[in-house]
Amino acid sequence: MPSIPSLTFHAPSSSRLPSFLFPLSPPPPPIPFLRPRFISLKAMALEDGKDHRLARISSSIRIIPDFPKPGIMFQDITTLLLDHKAFRDTIDIFVERYREKNISVVAGIEARGFIFGPPIALAIGAKFVPMRKPKKLPGEVISEEYALEYGTDKMEMHVGAVQSGDRALVIDDLIATGGTLCAAVRLLERAGADVVECACVIELPELKGREKLGHRSVFVLVKG
Amino acid sequence: MSACKDKEQDPRIEGIASTIRVVPDFPKPGIMFQDITTLLLDPKAFKNTVDLFVERYTGKDITVVAGIEARGFIFGPPIALAIGAKFVPLRKPRKLPGEVISEEYVLEYGTDCLQMHIGAVQPGDRALVVDDLIATGGTLCAAIKLLERAGAEVVECACVIELPELKAFYLHFSSAKCEVLDWDVVA
Repeated sequence: MPSIPSLTFHAPSSSRLPSFLFPLSPPPPPIPFLRPRFISLKAMALEDGKDHRLARISSSIRIIPDFPKPGIMFQDITTLLLDHKAFRDTIDIFVERYREKNISVVAGIEARGFIFGPPIALAIGAKFVPMRKPKKLPGEVISEEYALEYGTDKMEMHVGAVQSGDRALVIDDLIATGGTLCAAVRLLERAGADVVECACVIELPELKGREKLGHRSVFVLVKG
Repeated sequence: MSACKDKEQDPRIEGIASTIRVVPDFPKPGIMFQDITTLLLDPKAFKNTVDLFVERYTGKDITVVAGIEARGFIFGPPIALAIGAKFVPLRKPRKLPGEVISEEYVLEYGTDCLQMHIGAVQPGDRALVVDDLIATGGTLCAAIKLLERAGAEVVECACVIELPELKAFYLHFSSAKCEVLDWDVVA
């Protein structure tokens, strides 16, 4: 069974080399139309020198240009999920970080947070709480509205899923503007939980998601 | 109450079944919705659920676990990780970036569509399809077709819950549209 899948990438092969082969450089300036096609994912490992697993994780993520609309470079984690070792390592890194932190709730944001959250919850003995788009959860819910580029959306959580005293982790595949994560944090805090950290596989730093989350702790594996 | 195929019910199943709550009249009047979110709030029940599937599929050379959006995303990945398989999300239209194949399926009123990435699955792959619940079997059938079109052999469909009163529907679907497979359910 091949460890790296052979998919129909749009990227030329050079962008799929592990990022540790490239020297660290600042991100290119955001010039419209001249924006480079492929953003190299700089693994956290390069910055703190610690984790060799991050290079493989980073290189297993593929970038799809112009999805869902022109100009957006979409960070696709489905190729990470096809690489069993990379997926395993991703979960292991999160579990190592959170297992001794008395986390009682892992909240995963629909839908890609549903992929990473449950394995973490199972490993650390926490309950898993799905945070969903409107009208998906049956029974009583609380809702939090959040801003989109155009308009607003809503996130919902079950009443009673979370209580005062719960220590929560929020999981999603990626942090961009931080709007979705903010909504999730607010729902958990409204229910009385203490949100210990937000954890994502990927961060897009130029979209300043951390600022939106204020003082709250954010942990990511790779930066785009 | 279990539809488990094994003659002697595993002792963990009763505990699992008791954590599933039924929400009446959701999403519309007359439907008794089987809500697995309460199972997910019970770490032991959730762990037992995954363990039951992992015990069944370990050693069966499964190379792909395909999970159906969105609740199949909750149960599929832990199983995939434990048995060493890749995880493939099967999604509603326009969610997957890049090239996809699509399979349409029938709803009570109208049709819907399930998509899978091209290249995620290859001939020779042995696949498991995972969802929280089997009702009419329409979604599972679409999932099977996608995997088979990509050349995989679908070994089994695995669900936490079966709705036996809809069995007539999915057997009809199955025999009419795809091979009847061994349905394994926990509760």
